Amino acid sequence: MSLQNFISEAISPWMKNEGPDADIVLSSRVRLARNLNNTPFPLAASKENLEAVIKLAEEKFANRTHRKFGNLELLKMEDMKQNEKRVLVEKHLISPNLSDESKAGAALLSEDESLSIMINEEDHIRIQVLLSGFQLDQSLKYANEIDDWMEEKADFAFDEKRGYLTSCPTNVGTGLRASVMMHLPALVITRQMNRILPAINQLGLVVRGIYGEGSEALGNLFQISNQITLGKSEDDIVEDLRSVVIQLIQQERAARESLLQESKLQIEDRVYRSYGILSYSRNMESKEATQRLSDVRLGIDLGLIDNVSGNILNELMILTQPGFLQQYAGEILSPEQRDQRRAALIRERLKLEKDK
Amino acid sequence: MLCQECQQRQATLHFTKIINGKKTEFHICDVCAKEKGEYIPGSNSFSIHQLLSGLLDVNFSAGAGEVKKPPQELKCKNCGMTYQQFAEIGRFGCADCYETFNPKLDPIFKRIHSGNAVHGGKIPKRIGKDLQVHRQIEQLKQKLQEAVTNEEFEHAAELRDNIRSLEKSLQDKKEG
Ligand SMILES: [Zn+2]
Ligand SMILES: [Zn+2]
Repeated sequence: MSLQNFISEAISPWMKNEGPDADIVLSSRVRLARNLNNTPFPLAASKENLEAVIKLAEEKFANRTHRKFGNLELLKMEDMKQNEKRVLVEKHLISPNLSDESKAGAALLSEDESLSIMINEEDHIRIQVLLSGFQLDQSLKYANEIDDWMEEKADFAFDEKRGYLTSCPTNVGTGLRASVMMHLPALVITRQMNRILPAINQLGLVVRGIYGEGSEALGNLFQISNQITLGKSEDDIVEDLRSVVIQLIQQERAARESLLQESKLQIEDRVYRSYGILSYSRNMESKEATQRLSDVRLGIDLGLIDNVSGNILNELMILTQPGFLQQYAGEILSPEQRDQRRAALIRERLKLEKDK
Repeated sequence: MLCQECQQRQATLHFTKIINGKKTEFHICDVCAKEKGEYIPGSNSFSIHQLLSGLLDVNFSAGAGEVKKPPQELKCKNCGMTYQQFAEIGRFGCADCYETFNPKLDPIFKRIHSGNAVHGGKIPKRIGKDLQVHRQIEQLKQKLQEAVTNEEFEHAAELRDNIRSLEKSLQDKKEG
């Protein structure tokens, strides 16, 4: 398969649309946790219990045309190969937990992959809407629609005092986890993140670095999400997160501006160095790839590099992960082979841009 | 920022926990988080064991001078989970566990959710119809109280009629 075809098939359709503020917010996600009233939660349920939940999903929700998301396809974990599941994890459509731990897990996916409903993860049902750019409100709206649609046909565990009952006490109430993935290179380069992180925590939000194969925060990518699910309304939870994200966007923009004014040469050198290394290396660990891709993306956003498309960071971040490399190669690869394949894939991908 | 545990790797997890009523910030690396089994919101791979064990101590230490009775074991009739098991794994076994462990849950929820223990969000449309009416009635009763205090008697009479008709609709539904 040609690289171009592989990419267009591999990348989730929702990723191809550039959302608002996509130069800083790569994606927005809303997840709602729900459980059935009369079945023990997956942790305590028997395999028969869980198979009954999948059956319910299959009969009531699979292959039904939903007016926004179209047809939903049901994938059972037990029917899938290890690497197929890994690819879904790398696309953030299912969790590692569903892929590897569930006694009887499944997922309902929409055609554009912006909606995924995990069945028998930690909770019976986890609705997830994933959109490109800064679209938290829209994500919540869609997730709520799917929730209402499912509630017509399934009896959810709900208590007037505690709200939606979840397996873990950290999700009870709304069952809502809203998050954004942000690219904040200028705030990191100008050493402002250390000052900003504690302030964000004060507001009841959680920040975590995104990692590749290693264990460090990589690529100046940060996931910011709500910590509290009980006691506040869904709208308030999302609004609190949204207002912090707006401030972060402003601060990142200001930091980028000052980088251009005060150290243009250094920044230009840094982004072009990374561009050169990505264009010509023969061996590339995921950690370095992520950092270099972050530099090139910054170069594009600052207008210093103008012949490469902006979504290359999001795209290659996903495509250079082990599952995708193995899918493209058509075989299981050792870590050394992956590093070579990764370098080759990035070179070819950048070459596609030059040939455009 | 370096991890506050090992001081070697970059901290990748940043969150606050409320410990003894005080907000404390944590900045730790992935490796240390895994080793410690540290509680991380939104993550499945870690348990909140430590957090809950901490709470158990709080719950069992009765006030000074009081005779300490051995805590009675709570056990969910539906799924068989005991409170001890719940505290160890940090997960409920089923919806009924919430009812069974209810007397102990307020402090746990308050600690996790910044002082909140009562739901303030969405109510499911179908099974929640009655609940929605109940909540509406509660709100109207509060307004009625205010109206009476402010001597707005016309308004109060209006509110009272609204409450009556909502209560009647619930009653009719039960009988119908
Ligand atoms: Zn550490
Ligand atoms: Zn139970």
